[in-house]
Amino acid sequence: MTLIALAAIERVFHLGETDVHALARIDLTIAAGEYVAVVGPSGSGKSTLLNLLGLLDQPTAGTYHLEGRDVTTLSPDEQAEVRSRRIGFVFQSFHLVPRLTAAENIALPMMLDGIPVAVREQRVRQALLDFGLDKRANHRPDELSGGQRQRVAIARATIMQPAMLLADEPTGNLDRATGEEVIHLLEALNAQGMTLIVVTHDATLAARAGRQIMMEDGRVKSDVSHAASTASTSA
Amino acid sequence: MQYSDILRFARDAATAYPLRTLLSVLAMAIGVASVVLLTALGDGARRYVVGQFSSLGSNLVIVLPGRSATGGVNPANGITTTPRDLTVDDAAALLRAPAVQRVAPLAVGTSEISAGGRVREVVAAGSTASFMAIRNFQLAQGRFLPEDDWRSSAPVAVIGMTIRNDIFGNQPAVGQLIRLGDRRVRVIGVLKSTGQGVGMNTDELVIVPVALAQALFNSNTLFRIMIQARGREQIGAAKVQATAIIKARHGGEEDVTVITQDAVLATFDKLLGALTAAVAGIAAISLLVAGVLVMNVMLVAVTQRKAEIGLMKALGARGSTIRQIFLTEAAMLSLVGAVTGYLLGQLGSLVLRQLFPVFPAYAPGWAVAAALMTALVTGLLFGILPARRAAQLDPVDALMRH
Repeated sequence: MTLIALAAIERVFHLGETDVHALARIDLTIAAGEYVAVVGPSGSGKSTLLNLLGLLDQPTAGTYHLEGRDVTTLSPDEQAEVRSRRIGFVFQSFHLVPRLTAAENIALPMMLDGIPVAVREQRVRQALLDFGLDKRANHRPDELSGGQRQRVAIARATIMQPAMLLADEPTGNLDRATGEEVIHLLEALNAQGMTLIVVTHDATLAARAGRQIMMEDGRVKSDVSHAASTASTSA
Repeated sequence: MQYSDILRFARDAATAYPLRTLLSVLAMAIGVASVVLLTALGDGARRYVVGQFSSLGSNLVIVLPGRSATGGVNPANGITTTPRDLTVDDAAALLRAPAVQRVAPLAVGTSEISAGGRVREVVAAGSTASFMAIRNFQLAQGRFLPEDDWRSSAPVAVIGMTIRNDIFGNQPAVGQLIRLGDRRVRVIGVLKSTGQGVGMNTDELVIVPVALAQALFNSNTLFRIMIQARGREQIGAAKVQATAIIKARHGGEEDVTVITQDAVLATFDKLLGALTAAVAGIAAISLLVAGVLVMNVMLVAVTQRKAEIGLMKALGARGSTIRQIFLTEAAMLSLVGAVTGYLLGQLGSLVLRQLFPVFPAYAPGWAVAAALMTALVTGLLFGILPARRAAQLDPVDALMRH
């Protein structure tokens, strides 16, 4: 089933007098449950692509169908709704709210969505167990290790059971061992059927994905899928 | 987002930055406290003056000799140089006026009082039995002047509490003979102590029949004629009728001034009311300043929490939700500041009342309500701009900055 369908997507930034084509006529289809790595040098447009996929940014031209629905024409509130229910974000710098505990950070998307407290607590408790954070529920981000922080962020990204997980350099701020641990966690989620799209510089990390999209100058330079991707290549 | 969650989220956000929260709460508190305290002072002054005037008696109309007198109560006016003086007959004639309930002539002068070898200077007032009802005097002992013919100069006196204590000490005063000037009079009553009042201090007053006082001062003029109107609404009529009667008696010449206590009172009331409003207005400026400070603090908060705002958008928060969060936080700062200021202001007023017990420093209800409302409204108004800015933040930009 097609999850994402981009048709002739363009994104132009106006910098003074010059127009920068961050994305130039991108056509892309991603099926539900895929594991996609987006790679490319800085300025190649991979982050812009991720922001567009996450509805944080609007294309200048082209259409974006998410689960068969044209999301480019939605109102800001409707887009917020889609982000809330269908999209999970994992950031390089975790983006946890420093004054909130791990449990509160995980509950944040549910709180914003107006889910009742009882349901929230029950789901947070399960998530803390699933991500091995049950001992850390009441710790604030500054009391957590980098790996634990990213696990909290992933728990938060998945708490609304989204259709896809967008990860922007998820291991960028982590040491190798912890980074690997986080990648295993993301891959396990993918194995359960969640579409996983990872933006990375790291070639070995990208090699683990079932499909690699290579970006350059706002275009897709190559798009390679290989069948048995999850065979460990041990970074 | 549920409202209870917004409240809790805003509260946690405010307490996460204690210094800036404290500062804006403090600014708001100072604003509200100054309104409460300054209006308490202003209104206290108003109440004090009104209270003092009311102690003069109710529904009072006062006739003064002289055309252009402006209502001063300086005893020096007693020695008057107006062509026609006020007399006891003038006073008696005023009883004919339908709006007049009681009339008391008043002759005032200084005299010497002596008894048991003690001598002191006193202010002696000559009047009649009605004087007591008109001026709301209370007796501590004995009785007031008898209901005699106004021409009778019965040798009796009613004395003030201070004089009683000075002359008689612990001895009973009522029934004792004293010497007043060159007369011997019997003390028949003692006035209850009232403390300082506007006009004359009754604690140091000796009241004798008006005929006796005039004989004592060797003069047949009156210092004042005190009139009590039949009711509050009759004060104006009493004034007009009294003026007409005296004018008729003085050969058509209007050579007296008739003032009503209400007019004086209303003037003071208006004056001090305006003063209170003015200080409230000045204090309200500090509320405006506090509002600007809250806005500044919230703008800083938006900048500080840019990443958080971007994150919340990424997590599916609508613009309206983010606006609500920041508005709630601004309202919360203002509310806490306003309540703190209100309590501080009331505490300050309490301290004032403790220090100056005669001064009723209570902030008027309208001022308190206005201060609290202004605090909340400015807080909210000045919260709108930062909240809108937060809601309009571009999430990509907000997240990148981190």
